[in-house]
Amino acid sequence: MVAAFSICILFFYNISLAQEAHSSHPAEQQPNTKQDKEDELDVAGTILEHIRDDHSWHLWGHTSIPLPVILKTDKGLEVFSSARLSDEHHNPVVYNGNYPYQQIEGRIKVVNEDGSINAEASKKLYDFSITKNVLSMLISVALLIIVFLGVARAYKKTGVSSAPKGFQSFIEPVIIFIRDEVARPCLGHQTDRFMPFILNIFFFIWINNLLGIVPFFPGGANLSGNIAFTFTLALFTFVITNVNGKGDYWKHIFWMPGLPVPLKIFLMPIELLGVFIKAISLTIRLFANITAGHILVLSLVSLIFIFKAISASVVVVPFTVFIGLIELLVGFIQAFIFAMLSALYIGMAIEENHEQDLVL
Amino acid sequence: MLLEVNPLVLPDLGLVVWSTLAFLILMWVLGKFGWKPIMKAISEREQGISDSLATAEKVRAEMAQLKSDNEILLVQAREERAQILKEAKEIKDKMINEAKDQAKDAAAKIMQDTQQAIENQKMAAIIDLKNQIGHMVVEVSEKILRRELADKAEQEHYIKQLTDEIKMN
Repeated sequence: MVAAFSICILFFYNISLAQEAHSSHPAEQQPNTKQDKEDELDVAGTILEHIRDDHSWHLWGHTSIPLPVILKTDKGLEVFSSARLSDEHHNPVVYNGNYPYQQIEGRIKVVNEDGSINAEASKKLYDFSITKNVLSMLISVALLIIVFLGVARAYKKTGVSSAPKGFQSFIEPVIIFIRDEVARPCLGHQTDRFMPFILNIFFFIWINNLLGIVPFFPGGANLSGNIAFTFTLALFTFVITNVNGKGDYWKHIFWMPGLPVPLKIFLMPIELLGVFIKAISLTIRLFANITAGHILVLSLVSLIFIFKAISASVVVVPFTVFIGLIELLVGFIQAFIFAMLSALYIGMAIEENHEQDLVL
Repeated sequence: MLLEVNPLVLPDLGLVVWSTLAFLILMWVLGKFGWKPIMKAISEREQGISDSLATAEKVRAEMAQLKSDNEILLVQAREERAQILKEAKEIKDKMINEAKDQAKDAAAKIMQDTQQAIENQKMAAIIDLKNQIGHMVVEVSEKILRRELADKAEQEHYIKQLTDEIKMN
């Protein structure tokens, strides 16, 4: 439902963007001062700006944390602060490194003297910057390591004879839930082997979903709603699934048993496609759900500015809180679904002697 | 191109690389120092809980067994007590009866002896009486015979006197 809604919004935004591109310059290239915002509000642009990755971490007003930019071009590696890419009003400016760089729609491009994009040089530009999302991810990794090493230490210290205490008692039921409801039904006796991966997936997604809901530093980065992130996690599931795939798994893909030969040939490309579609569906499901939530919240808040009336907040704020609570739920559910589908795909691949074929 | 590809659905290479790195770090660190001890501890705890439950069940069964044993003992003790009481009562009754019999026997014997003694005394008294009467008769006869018929009246009077004397005795 939410996903469908968000995709609608994305497409509508595409159309509006396309039309805008014909009529005028994109919003970022205009002087983006306060007066301008008051005169004409680009809601879609603002929302998109909030949910996409950024080279600096905006805190409040004109204060933001500059983050290191790491660029790899054919002239070598280059590291500089993202503060050099914008002026005091947060408008993009040209920084002359090995090439003249400028941020265009949040991405760093090589520009020509006249300000147009140098497409040929930009293609050879690889951006490994510590962006807002990367920093948020590193924070979440640090949080996870601190929390779980702490919990592990608590187990070592108090042993298993005493009841779990503090954070341990919050984590333990979740881990047991993941093991008993997610991993064990799919993986059977191989549960222990894949549990670390499933738990990693689950908690990594969950903590980033939660951090994404927090609207201020150190939250607010839309990491789990970024397709690169979800794609990477899906890639891990894809690799682990196919590396551990048993003979039966491959046989069901390339030569489905129990069917006439023409059908086997017909099914082969479909099944092969299915291998990739599983990973793609994982990617898009998480990305779309989390992005949808962010877009919803931002759209609701934008209503105040669209109506240009502070009284609109009477309706908008409760709605935003409501959606925020749903997001809290969705954050858990999406992490759970990602973990469960990962477990399911791995379970299907490692299963010996398929009796019936599962089509999902 | 009417619909440009939205920049949102284009994965950034940088973020992919960093995510991979972060996830690998997480897998390594948590896999080694986090999940392994936690999972081990949790399964140990579960094992411990199920063991404790089994032990508790066993102890409960033992307690029930002990309780039923106790009850059996109690019933046995009660039966024994009743038995002992019954026996004691029997012994008591027996002793009383014996005592009664003995007393009866003794009383009878005493009575018999007494009667015997009475009889003996009576016989002795009768013999004694007989002897005295004989003696008196002899004495009276002697005196009568000595006076020899002096006077009829006198005789009569004398006889009367003698008889009176007897009476006096």
